[in-house]
Amino acid sequence: MKGVEVTVERVTRSYGDFKALDDVSVTIEKGEFFSLLGPSGCGKTTLLRIIAGFDYPDSGRVAFDNKDVLSLPPEKRQSNTIFQTYALFPHLTVYENVAFALRLKRVDNKTIDAKVKEYIRLVQLEEHLYKKPSMLSGGQKQRVAIARALINEPSVLLLDEPLSALDAKLRQNLLIELDHIHDQVGITFIYVTHDQSEALSVSDRIAVMNKGKVLQIGTPYEIYEAPATRFVAQFIGEANIFECTILSCEPYEEEYLMKVDVPALGAVIQVTDYDPQPIGSTMDFTVRPEKVRITLAPPRTTKAEVNILKGIVEEPVYSGFQSKFYVKLDGVSETLVKVYKQHTVFLDDGPDIEWLDEVYVSWHADDGYLVKDSSQ
Amino acid sequence: MKRPLNPRTREQLLGSLYGWPMGGWFTIFFTVPLAIIILYSFMKRGLYGGVEFTLTLNAYREMVNPSFAMVLVRTIWISVTATVLCLLISLPCAYAMARSKHQTFLLFLIIIPFWTNSLIRIYAWIFILSTEGLINSILIKIGLIDEGLKLIYNNGAVILVLVYMYLPFAILPLFTTIDKFDFSLLDAARDLGATKFTSLRKVMLPNIKSGVSTAFIFTFIPIFGAYTVPLLVGGKDSTMIGNIIVDQVSKTRNWPLASAFSMILTLVSLIGVFWMLYTGKREEQMKKDGPKRTPQALESTVKAHHRAASKGAR
Repeated sequence: MKGVEVTVERVTRSYGDFKALDDVSVTIEKGEFFSLLGPSGCGKTTLLRIIAGFDYPDSGRVAFDNKDVLSLPPEKRQSNTIFQTYALFPHLTVYENVAFALRLKRVDNKTIDAKVKEYIRLVQLEEHLYKKPSMLSGGQKQRVAIARALINEPSVLLLDEPLSALDAKLRQNLLIELDHIHDQVGITFIYVTHDQSEALSVSDRIAVMNKGKVLQIGTPYEIYEAPATRFVAQFIGEANIFECTILSCEPYEEEYLMKVDVPALGAVIQVTDYDPQPIGSTMDFTVRPEKVRITLAPPRTTKAEVNILKGIVEEPVYSGFQSKFYVKLDGVSETLVKVYKQHTVFLDDGPDIEWLDEVYVSWHADDGYLVKDSSQ
Repeated sequence: MKRPLNPRTREQLLGSLYGWPMGGWFTIFFTVPLAIIILYSFMKRGLYGGVEFTLTLNAYREMVNPSFAMVLVRTIWISVTATVLCLLISLPCAYAMARSKHQTFLLFLIIIPFWTNSLIRIYAWIFILSTEGLINSILIKIGLIDEGLKLIYNNGAVILVLVYMYLPFAILPLFTTIDKFDFSLLDAARDLGATKFTSLRKVMLPNIKSGVSTAFIFTFIPIFGAYTVPLLVGGKDSTMIGNIIVDQVSKTRNWPLASAFSMILTLVSLIGVFWMLYTGKREEQMKKDGPKRTPQALESTVKAHHRAASKGAR
């Protein structure tokens, strides 16, 4: 691996009273595609700018391969950045933009020419070499920015919401391309985004941030399936999330099966967890809408661990490949449970579900999840 | 029945109608006097001022005179030095203003001097610089010197006061262009290995060219024609073209020669304005569509580039 390990240790940065980063520690491994994910204002860009050298923390330590870099100005760090606004030099052609770093190093023209062409090929912009940035589309500009940052052969590539200005389709394509480029150059990528689907689809690991704090670090799977805090559960994907009280707890296969009281659902339901939870404690229960099945007839199941609730479709939302239903449960006045239903045409999909239909929602105890930290 | 005019035609008609007062004003008070000056410069000098209506190149012949040539050279070097100093001082000023949180306040500070008559401001400098002036009396008091230094009535004083007078005219256009400059480009340049200074020179400067040329013209042209400053704070050897013109009109009463000298001033200003228009237009053109998009044009730029690259390699 050509990349470096990036260590961020207890970094704090405040602007006046506002704490942009509050005691943040992250270790990013060599060659990893690591995402910093969070809503705007969560401190992810500040953290990136500190790693790049454009900002300086109040306290804490940042190291590349265990060598402190905080004393180095941005031009001396082995990192290069791709900016949200591209930041291409408007007075230079694509060629000169990409060649910029090498020209500064006074590399001879032949090497520059070969390298520029190599990296332009990597981002597939051969026909646009001699255009000015103003003549390029957003996607093309972003590719120039990628080539310009990579030609310096950095050990860490920092990407500050690089796709946020592009439309959805292009974003998907460029994202896949970024992933390919990451595979080819093999350096550490640190990717800042507020778009959870971007982060989930390409990252090796994700750090979810909110209000200057890192709430959870893990693989996309862990983050989605086992959110550590209430915020993570709500921010990543969609979730039905309700407060609950543990009533009982007993071993179940390799896990523990718990009966929990969920006042918002007006029911006692079953949920599993790897660790036994103290009886009487309150935490958050969550179940993803795609894991809940919605049927007109009572579900035929013999399994005792399946939770079945009855309700009325309050609001069906059709979105092509699937529909989302807001179901109002019997016996509770406020709560709406979100449920997804995929549309398959030729397989037996059951009768169509419509507004005000009486429905059954059901999910397996294993698909529910207990969020331990409901404070953040 | 009268057919209503098409709104576009109507607007065009109205536009030219509204344009008339302005056009008339400029014709009567600007173009006609200028034409008169041009005409006078080709006339024979009248005995007691004024002109005799005989066409002649006498005035221009009189200009070819070593003492006038000296004045011209001096005017050029004083103007160039003062303008360059203005730009060098105003660049960091404008940059700081553009990055500051208190832009309005700083702009206000720049504008304050205009509230005082320029003559008064020049006299203030005389008070500061003269042999018994502020600087000298302070220096004497703290015992650094025994008698007053000659700070005034020389070319240095002229340049100093000219820079002081025209600095705002350089700062304002530079400020407006730098304010529009995308500062993240500087971050990008540093990220790619440029030091602070290199990033300013290689990325910011090319992108604020139009502001620099405007600032240059806004300062160079008035400085080139300055006459009060050299008159009041300059010495015997500080005469500039402006002073010659005044002398020729009011003392020597050689109006054709005065006209001929003002033709030089007009010519220099015109060159400046055309240069500004040209760079402005070219920049706009580049921003709009870059080099021409025809395949031939593209090929020629590619070839030119390769030629340049191979030359550099050799």
